[in-house]
Amino acid sequence: MADATMAEGAVAQSVSATSVLAVQNLEAWYGESHILHGVNFHVAPGEVVTLLGRNGAGKTTTLKSVMGIIGKRSGSVRFDGREIIRASSDRIARMGVAFCPEERGIFASLDVRENLLLPPAVRSGGLSLDQVFELFPNLRERLGSQGTKLSGGEQQMLAIGRILRTGARFLMLDEPTEGLAPVIIQQIGQTIKRLKNEGFTILLVEQNFRFASTVADRFYIVEHGKIIDGFANSELQANMDKLHTYLGV
Amino acid sequence: MQALYAQLLVGLINGSFYALLSLGLAVIFGMLNIINFAHGALYMMGAFCAYFLLNLWGVGYWWALIIAPIAVGIFGMLLERTLLQWLSGLDHLYGLLLTFGIALIVQGVFQNYFGSSGLPYAIPDELRGGMNLGFMYLPIYRGWVVVFSLVVCLLTWYLIERTRLGAYLRAATENPTLVRAFGINVPRMITLTYGLGVGLAALAGVLSAPINQVRPLMGENIIIVVFAVVVIGGMGSIMGSIITGFALGVIEGLTKYFYPEASNTVVFVLMVLVLLVKPTGLTGRAA
Amino acid sequence: MTALTDDTLPTTPRAIRDEMIVFAIMTVLLLLVPLTGLYPFFVMQALCFALLACAFNLLIGYGGLLSFGHAMFLGTGGYVTAHAVKVWGFPPELGLVVGTAGAAALGAITGVVAIRRQGIYFAMITLALSQLMYFIYLQAPFTHGEDGIQGIPQGHLLGILDLSKPTVLYYVIVAGFLFGFLVIFRTINSPFGEVLKSIRENEQRAISLGYKTDQYKLLAFILSGTLAGFAGALKVFVVQNASLSDVEVAMSGEIVLMTLVGGLGTVFGPVIGAFIIVATQQYLAGFGSWVTVIQGSIFVACVLTFRRGIVGEISHFFRRSL
Repeated sequence: MADATMAEGAVAQSVSATSVLAVQNLEAWYGESHILHGVNFHVAPGEVVTLLGRNGAGKTTTLKSVMGIIGKRSGSVRFDGREIIRASSDRIARMGVAFCPEERGIFASLDVRENLLLPPAVRSGGLSLDQVFELFPNLRERLGSQGTKLSGGEQQMLAIGRILRTGARFLMLDEPTEGLAPVIIQQIGQTIKRLKNEGFTILLVEQNFRFASTVADRFYIVEHGKIIDGFANSELQANMDKLHTYLGV
Repeated sequence: MQALYAQLLVGLINGSFYALLSLGLAVIFGMLNIINFAHGALYMMGAFCAYFLLNLWGVGYWWALIIAPIAVGIFGMLLERTLLQWLSGLDHLYGLLLTFGIALIVQGVFQNYFGSSGLPYAIPDELRGGMNLGFMYLPIYRGWVVVFSLVVCLLTWYLIERTRLGAYLRAATENPTLVRAFGINVPRMITLTYGLGVGLAALAGVLSAPINQVRPLMGENIIIVVFAVVVIGGMGSIMGSIITGFALGVIEGLTKYFYPEASNTVVFVLMVLVLLVKPTGLTGRAA
Repeated sequence: MTALTDDTLPTTPRAIRDEMIVFAIMTVLLLLVPLTGLYPFFVMQALCFALLACAFNLLIGYGGLLSFGHAMFLGTGGYVTAHAVKVWGFPPELGLVVGTAGAAALGAITGVVAIRRQGIYFAMITLALSQLMYFIYLQAPFTHGEDGIQGIPQGHLLGILDLSKPTVLYYVIVAGFLFGFLVIFRTINSPFGEVLKSIRENEQRAISLGYKTDQYKLLAFILSGTLAGFAGALKVFVVQNASLSDVEVAMSGEIVLMTLVGGLGTVFGPVIGAFIIVATQQYLAGFGSWVTVIQGSIFVACVLTFRRGIVGEISHFFRRSL
């Protein structure tokens, strides 16, 4: 897939029927700034797809646009076949989409337990509190602490743990490993693999492509608000040079 | 000595109203980022609601305590849905201006029909009379007002700080976008929160009716004192608003006893002092 | 407009030229009023409020600070001048100076306190301070409380101008208004004004550039209060009394309303707004409390649909600074 945009357009029709998420010509604005200039990609059921790109490329904006948080957007975003480009974020969440923002969004005015219990169930089958503690044992001891008193790694686990309680099967994680120690990064990697095994579909945004390569099935490269390339994990080695150019590493 | 205790009681009563009103203001400001200038007018509407309930339909005080906050609360929610919603994303000062305009409209309408004089509202039979406590004579109704206000304030504090519903409110105050992205209907929460704040104001109005009479302008002066209370306490904490409200009422009462000329101004003077020493208010968390 | 004064256009030579043209037109119109059938008393009152609104606008339009207590300056200027002229027998010019000085002093004292907060808190603080002044004036013997100071002699300005003659008084008031207006105009278009505007736009940036922003804001506050006091002092000679209604919350609200209707942050908006609101008060005087309802409705309507105000809309439409 040398030119993802053209290829995507061509297979869009057949793809959107089976994709969990199908994005076409997504454009988005922050006030006057035109951030996304026509993003095209899709995520198939059970896949872990990663958006790679430099700072400011538009990766986070893409996630936020799918979630309905960005005010001004146009184009087509289909979730489970339904058009959600005009939907409000609470409706989108209730359709089974869960979002874990880059800044983690742990509420300072809530303790850890309240943070965990906050997101309401949107589907049956969400994790119980005990199951969350099984995944992230640290949280059990910190239940009474104020949310923001946790370490970065613990906050990330809290942020992931609480959206797992909702029962949503499509997760969007924005830079889950940013600023975390290697040991924690590993733990998060295990968690994502485990979720994948259980059939979750995950859209990941990452700058750390080495980490991403351990969990992702496919990659897209985002640059200047467009998807400019994409390849499967198996093709990663072959595309290393291109990757270095895109990401400037 | 009797006079001192009597004045202290008056102070506690005023403090009850300050606490209930500043609590409502703080809750509304937290969620909507609007300083609800209409709060005084809505307090007045609560008192009038009790008056109408009694004089038009023979519905007494105890029912009024429940009906008035709900009725005025609904009116407040309608205001929020139709007018205040348009202000999201705009400078907070517009909220002040809009609610100031609403206050003028409400007050003006009531003034037109009821003039400036006070309408009487009788103390309910069950709360008439008084008790001799030895060091002072305590009118039962006045004692009731203080105790009931305290209970309502504490219940509200508990609701917000200790319950699941309160967790939603606190989270939405902090980061409404994310809370909405979890699937919670935040706009509806905002409307309900405004209703809660307004309901508290209306409740204060009902409590106030037998003591202060029912007058169209009764909200106008109290709202400014409540603003000063809020500046002194800082709007960051619920408990802070409650404590500051009661405390300032007591201080005002004491001033009336020791230095009556300053009783109208002591809250404002204190506000100036607090601003000079701790601009973010006593509880610290600034807006 | 998300912020109160988003739309204020930058000061360019063309903008200043446009504004001076309008200023010239305004001056000519004002000078011609006695020749028309227009009731000079109404125009004089409106001019005092116009200056008051312009002074208020200096603070919000260019300093970004909404004062909900400007009535305290109007009242102070009025009471001090009234007392000086009636009780101490000062000639009018000295009375004006003393009244204005009183307002300036109040501005300095209250400014030090109020500047400590911004935005909403600043508005609430100025409101509370104004209420404090109200209660002080209510109880101070020299104001005669609810009765106010009545029957203030108009005297002879500078010994020669007989202010009891309507035409003479009119031109004096016009001169006073134009003087105050020009002070504001000059301030807006000065280096001080530019710094003020940059503080309004992005205070953090101004601080990082080395400006002591608190000092600038305080100066703007004092200047605004002083000119508002001057308006109050002038008004004493027009209405010949000074009363508590000048220090009430309702007055502060009216000042905001005038500026909002005319256009926050515009140069001429407050003048137009003042004339409109004073006119509505004259014509609706018989309607009692409905005036309050109408004023409240105008507030609501302006905030929801008409945020730029009259001059602001005209200014926006023609893409010119007015």
